[in-house]
Amino acid sequence: MTPLLIAQIVLTLFVFVTLLSSAAVMVYVERKVAAMLQQRLGPYLVGPKGLLQPLADVVKLLFKEELRPRAADAWLFGLAPVISAACAFAAFAVVPFGADTTLFGLIPEGLRLQVADVNVAILVVFAIASMSVYGIVLAGWSSNSKYSLLGALRSSAQMISYELSYGLALASVLVIANSLSLTDIVNRQDGSWLGFIPRWLVFVQPIGFVVYMIAGIAETNRAPFDFPEAEQELVAGYHTEYSSMSFAMFFLAEYINMVTVSAVATDLFLGGWHGPLLPESLGWIWFLIKVAAILFFYVWMRWTLPRYRYDQLMRFGWKVLLPIAVVNLLVTAAGVLYVGI
Amino acid sequence: MGSETLFYVFGTIAIASSLMVIGQRNPVYSVLLLIASFGALSGLYVLLDAPFVAVIQIIVYAGAIMVLFLFVVMLLNAPHEDTEEDLARLGIEPPASSDGQLDANQAAIVYPRIGRGPARFGMVLALGLLVELWWALTKGHETGAFGTAAVSSVAALGRSLYSDYAFAFEVTSVLILVAMVGAVLIARREPR
Repeated sequence: MTPLLIAQIVLTLFVFVTLLSSAAVMVYVERKVAAMLQQRLGPYLVGPKGLLQPLADVVKLLFKEELRPRAADAWLFGLAPVISAACAFAAFAVVPFGADTTLFGLIPEGLRLQVADVNVAILVVFAIASMSVYGIVLAGWSSNSKYSLLGALRSSAQMISYELSYGLALASVLVIANSLSLTDIVNRQDGSWLGFIPRWLVFVQPIGFVVYMIAGIAETNRAPFDFPEAEQELVAGYHTEYSSMSFAMFFLAEYINMVTVSAVATDLFLGGWHGPLLPESLGWIWFLIKVAAILFFYVWMRWTLPRYRYDQLMRFGWKVLLPIAVVNLLVTAAGVLYVGI
Repeated sequence: MGSETLFYVFGTIAIASSLMVIGQRNPVYSVLLLIASFGALSGLYVLLDAPFVAVIQIIVYAGAIMVLFLFVVMLLNAPHEDTEEDLARLGIEPPASSDGQLDANQAAIVYPRIGRGPARFGMVLALGLLVELWWALTKGHETGAFGTAAVSSVAALGRSLYSDYAFAFEVTSVLILVAMVGAVLIARREPR
């Protein structure tokens, strides 16, 4: 095995473990920020400042009994959380998170910090996002419970509706970047205008960015769009009947999806790993900072805004967000064609 | 693994899952197997150096169309949908052991009572497909309109779609629009 291949394998494992632990970190951050916003303390008993709370949660989940309703479709009931988790992990495979590195001279050639360098990366992210709806729909259907089914139906309606705006926001970026590869799109955002404004696409595509963020929240089923699991109406929505590790897998998938949406947003709109002060080889620090900022924004939104009504959600998606995204794409295309941005 | 091995792996998955689609009692499983088959096809496209087509296959077929299929199958199979009344309206006798509800297996037995006409039409169609398949397989190798480079290049694909194949492209879009309008028209109930 060549050193590059070994490095690739190590990188893949590293990304896997990082995503796995990012979910734990996000749970802690979510609870702490929520507490902050509500003037509470949040978890503080387990470990220093409650830092080991996620670990305690994982252990608790592991030791719980795995329950399955008798009327459930056993096969699909087991398959659904696996689909959810697998889609969440798979989407991150095409997301680049740093410039090429030689790992301090350990390997001869540069290693791209991206598990799979695909030239249609942006579409792969979109394709896997559209597959992840199956996990939720099957969970709802196979549980054979009214709350689960209602949650699953809502979720699929919501995800299909907002996928359109999501896709159109992605399309307007790739019209400007003239490439489907995330690495190309990031490298296009290197440098700055007038010496101080970074050449991030968010300044060229502000509307696209806003549409992407809103649709991203809806895609990940987060508040204020958390209809699939609206506690007050549906108990817990599509995962009502799940317990123990299969519940944990849905939980994991939700947080990893959040991380992926934020990482893709960073690559598309916020210049990826490009930033001032740090050398190119340490660009991944910038990447982490930007992703963390977006994630914080997500958590902030969740604990600030109340949930919409379901008809409001649908009306907003189809009659406001989608037209805006279409017009934005048309204007962008016209701009690229006639002005040459 | 070489790409030849992968070809056989994907090919086997595609054929096996396609065959299993028609062997299932539960239509939800059929839908899932069809998705698996699409996934394997998409793998074959990647082996053919056409990643764009592969991803589009997943987005359009597996991601969008099959979700609707799953929806329809799930909702039609909800136990309370197939009451005796519904079946009587459709002109189908309920099975003897029915307690007013049908489970998925019973529904699968009851529904496929097809008349003579559709059966003959289906037979003609199947024969036509068989002839077409035989023709396609015996025709041997023929280079398509695209070179390998053109298929993997999204720009080239888009350009030929909007120039050489513009008519077919536009006609297809009109066809889809008409289908959509028709569906809305049929589904809509005028308030009386």
